[in-house]
Amino acid sequence: MTNEELILKLKKIVKPYIQDENAFENLTEETDFINDLKINSANLVDVILDVEDEFDIEIDNDAMEKMLDIKNALAIIQSKLA
Amino acid sequence: MTENEIKAVLPYQKPFLFVDTLTNISEEGITGSYTFKKDEFFYQGHFKNHPITPGVILTEVMAQIGVVCLGIYLLRYENLEINAPKIALTSHAIDFFLPIHPEEKVTVISEKQYFRFHKLKCKVKMINAKGELVCRGEIAGMISK
Repeated sequence: MTNEELILKLKKIVKPYIQDENAFENLTEETDFINDLKINSANLVDVILDVEDEFDIEIDNDAMEKMLDIKNALAIIQSKLA
Repeated sequence: MTENEIKAVLPYQKPFLFVDTLTNISEEGITGSYTFKKDEFFYQGHFKNHPITPGVILTEVMAQIGVVCLGIYLLRYENLEINAPKIALTSHAIDFFLPIHPEEKVTVISEKQYFRFHKLKCKVKMINAKGELVCRGEIAGMISK
């Protein structure tokens, strides 16, 4: 799966949890889930659980701690899918 | 972890402690009860001359028993470790069916949906002394040592 395809899927997953519409519309690989999209920590867990379901992968604690922005999320999902 | 060990680390006190007893404590869920006193502080204003337990308090009872007490158990506190857990309510969706009056006893039954990355989400219901459904829904919170 290309990063562009992954970003589309990620956008769909994070949409219900974001506060900052503007940051969401202008989302790039540099976008940070908490600082830019203003997702709260509990909803970040929901994002991770939804990512697990969507891609049929398992995210462990170490990976979870790194999944703070789109770039790292893509890297982790790609490595689990590989 | 026993009922009393869980209660010892609860971060609440009067007039906002709503846990009397805990039973059926397991990895998958917990049951607990609370009996409302005749003179709980919120009856002074809810409602004028007509005391009924507020829905937010019923939600609080369900959260304290069903999520916080279960969370403390799942965090595996060691014996005599009494540093209070860090907790935050993060979401709830509750439907209410029956009113609860002063001196009524309620029982809360909570089933864990998941506990991952410090987030505990539970399916919780409350029944009255007759076994009738008072309210039910989902409550989630963040909890860590």
